[in-house]
Amino acid sequence: MATVWFCLVSLMLAIYVVLDGFDLGAGIIHLFVGKTLEERRAVIGSIGPVWDGNEVWLLATGGTLYLAFPELYATGFSGFYLPLIIVLWLFVLRGTSIEFRNAVESPVWIPFWDVLFGFSSLLLALFFGAALGNIMRGVPLDASHRFFEPLWTNFRVGAVTGILDWYTILVGLAAVAALALHGALWVALKTEGDLEQRAARVARPLWGLVVLFTALITVATFALQPQLAINLRRYPWGYAFPALAIFGLAFIMIFLRRSRMKAFLASCAYLLGMLSSATFGLYPFVLPSRTDPAFALTIENSQAPAYGLHVALVWWIVGMILAAGYFTHTYRRFAGKVRPGEGYGH
Amino acid sequence: MLSALPIDRFQFAFTVTFHYIFPQITMGLALLILILKTQALRTGEEIYNRSARFWIRIFGITFALGVVTGIPMEFQFGTNWAQFSREAGGVIGQTLAMEGVFAFFLESSFLGLLLFGEKRLGPRAHWGAALALFLGSWLSGYFIIATNAWMQHPVAYLIGPNGRFGLASFVGLLGNPWAWWEFAHNMTGAVVTGSFVMASVGAFYLLSNREHEFGRLFVRTGVIVGLIAAVLMVFPTGDSESKMVATNQPATFAAMEGLFHSQKGAPIAILGQPDMVKRRLDNPLTIPRVLSFLTYRRWGAEVKGLSSIPENLWPDQVPLVYYCYHIMVGLGTIFVAVLVICGFLLWRGRLFHSRAALWALMLALPFPFIANTAGWITAEAGRQPWLIYSLMRTNQGFSSQVSSGNALFTFVGFMGLYALLSLLFVFLTWREIGRGPGMV
Ligand code: HDD
Ligand code: HEM
Ligand code: HEM
Repeated sequence: MATVWFCLVSLMLAIYVVLDGFDLGAGIIHLFVGKTLEERRAVIGSIGPVWDGNEVWLLATGGTLYLAFPELYATGFSGFYLPLIIVLWLFVLRGTSIEFRNAVESPVWIPFWDVLFGFSSLLLALFFGAALGNIMRGVPLDASHRFFEPLWTNFRVGAVTGILDWYTILVGLAAVAALALHGALWVALKTEGDLEQRAARVARPLWGLVVLFTALITVATFALQPQLAINLRRYPWGYAFPALAIFGLAFIMIFLRRSRMKAFLASCAYLLGMLSSATFGLYPFVLPSRTDPAFALTIENSQAPAYGLHVALVWWIVGMILAAGYFTHTYRRFAGKVRPGEGYGH
Repeated sequence: MLSALPIDRFQFAFTVTFHYIFPQITMGLALLILILKTQALRTGEEIYNRSARFWIRIFGITFALGVVTGIPMEFQFGTNWAQFSREAGGVIGQTLAMEGVFAFFLESSFLGLLLFGEKRLGPRAHWGAALALFLGSWLSGYFIIATNAWMQHPVAYLIGPNGRFGLASFVGLLGNPWAWWEFAHNMTGAVVTGSFVMASVGAFYLLSNREHEFGRLFVRTGVIVGLIAAVLMVFPTGDSESKMVATNQPATFAAMEGLFHSQKGAPIAILGQPDMVKRRLDNPLTIPRVLSFLTYRRWGAEVKGLSSIPENLWPDQVPLVYYCYHIMVGLGTIFVAVLVICGFLLWRGRLFHSRAALWALMLALPFPFIANTAGWITAEAGRQPWLIYSLMRTNQGFSSQVSSGNALFTFVGFMGLYALLSLLFVFLTWREIGRGPGMV
């Protein structure tokens, strides 16, 4: 049962990253590809009707994590106290800048929110990457399964780790590059004219960066997290996950000229591949320990009691079918390019 | 050095109180918008559609703030209340996850359609979107209330071998009797807020001599719906909540009523300040025997006072609980009075010409918010010293490894950020009201 929930939570997380990833990415490239206020309005317009729904995947993932692995939720969230609260503040700033940017037609109001939107999206991507890095690297758990990390210590991956060290910053930068690419492909798909061209143009150098970072973090992760190699040896079918990422990455470049839609889907495949490789590489750990391996949180020692997990599976499936229904409906309704004048705002 | 516990409590109380400003508007307006859209469909008159469009825009602004302030609530269970989450996650994880999976997806998907889809959808489907939004926001209210109700009145749980709580019955958790009354009372409270917001904006238009047609429609709808809700607030929902508290949380009840000593034929206190040293109410204004009657329907029944309960089981803020409860009940009585008078004037066709009544409606705007907040403080501070009533103390539930310095840092940060959000909210809604429904 614990394994089932491990897979379901990983799946929800991956869906979250693929969906909210493009609107975060759109935020990162927003200031660079949108030269005029009108073009920036179009960037916001391309994510306006969907960003909130995308973010709900994070809430639903969080709720499901709480349901299935309360111990992990408690330990992880309190141990990562500072970065998580900062992430919350960034979410608040980012949400308000999307919703309220177009509320007032003023040359002071709009640029203010535009910059805030770009800044908060960038930092969020960085922090999400760093969070994933922290989990892959492991945290200094004590015998009662608890830890607390300051934002940084000496940036080395030593005994006293902080949230930010060279490894987690590397993963953070990789996340920024990957989501910026994802967002650029989305904007190219959803907009027209100069904006579309510019978004497609930044996708090239970003792709190069993503290749570079992917190689770097792959090497570093194998060096830091032995479980990854162990799992690949034990379950060779697991090579399918990194393969998905590699194919996705390659196909982005192949499709970039020919089909915006396919290039974007390839990027989705890349993100899914990377995340599933990471969670596959952790199993059965959910929070590895840098101190004594016996202190680590695993799916077994952090799961909720059995009866609750059984009933939850039933309603979870029903809920997900409904949610999938709403989502296809919404994305269909807002399919196609954002037309000028169809701006998003109240 | 101050322990982290009080800071965790202040931070949670501050962030949730701020959050709740927005859902009470959206949950109330969701019903009112559905009523407007239904009338538009039935009569085919354009004024209802235009009014709905105006209120949907206000809803949109409020909703955005509800979302951005709601996300921190979900996170804080883990960040600040880790030990609580560790032990109770096996039970309340159910309702928290269901809120995300069933309610938030529904709301967020259909709000987009409601805001931008009127032309593409056609009148029937647009009405359907209003219905979905209403269901989504009330459902989300239910799940969060069910979570809170379990903390007030834990049911359907078992204690696992490691001492952690687990779910024993799914139906039992969702059917918690405490949850149903709390839900009924709380949602009616949201409708009271929504109705006063609508009526107050309408009264503002009429008094400023503009948007006459809309002003009348808003005042009429607000007064009628508000009157029904205000009466339901008192009876049966408020009455039943009091009885539940009296039977299940006697210490809370004694604190709410400011009753220090057990008494047969206990009087109800209307005014007076609890004096915690002398253990009495200063300058009390009381009505004899009424408390016994209201609680047990017998004039001579005995009501437990604080002194019959060990002091370490008293709420740690007795006067706070007492004042908040009296503010809520006092305002609830005033709402009924104001709305009955306005309803009477409306029936006689005089309301729109009575400047005094319109002024009263307009100035009433902040009070439902105060009443709702006071009600929540009564419930939450009254639950102390328990985090999960009779099972877990508040001082056992917080994140012990988050230091007070770190907690204070984030608390101060939240206060600053939320101060900005308040300005933004007031500015944007004020502009929208200034523009008026005629422009849409
Ligand atoms: C417009 C708002 C409003 C008004 C007019 C009232 N209430 Fe209320 N009350 C709430 C808004 C509220 C609330 C904020 O919504 C609470 C907090 C938790 C809940 O379920 O509802 C609440 C809780 C609450 C509780 C539970 C306290 C606890 O759990 O410890 C009781 C006993 C009452 N109310 C009783 C009343 C009575 C007898 C009223 C008669 C006038 C009344 N309320 C009017
Ligand atoms: C600990 C307490 C609470 C938590 C953890 C919490 C959590 C959240 C979250 C995460 C959201 C954003 C949802 C989205 O993205 O669509 C939200 C919004 C909302 N919350 Fe809360 N909330 C709390 C208290 C309450 C209470 C007491 C109510 C009402 C009874 C309430 C009703 C709503 C509603 C209706 C929304 C939808 C947004 C809106 O209408 O403004 N919440 N809440
Ligand atoms: C929106 C309405 C709510 C308001 C205004 C509110 C208010 C408060 C207040 C004032 C406190 C501090 C009490 C004290 O320390 O003396 C508090 C604590 C708390 N409340 Fe609520 N509450 C609300 C809803 C909820 C809900 C729905 C939940 C659960 C799902 C919840 C869970 C908690 C927790 C965990 C604490 C911290 C521990 C404690 O001090 O009791 N609250 N709340």
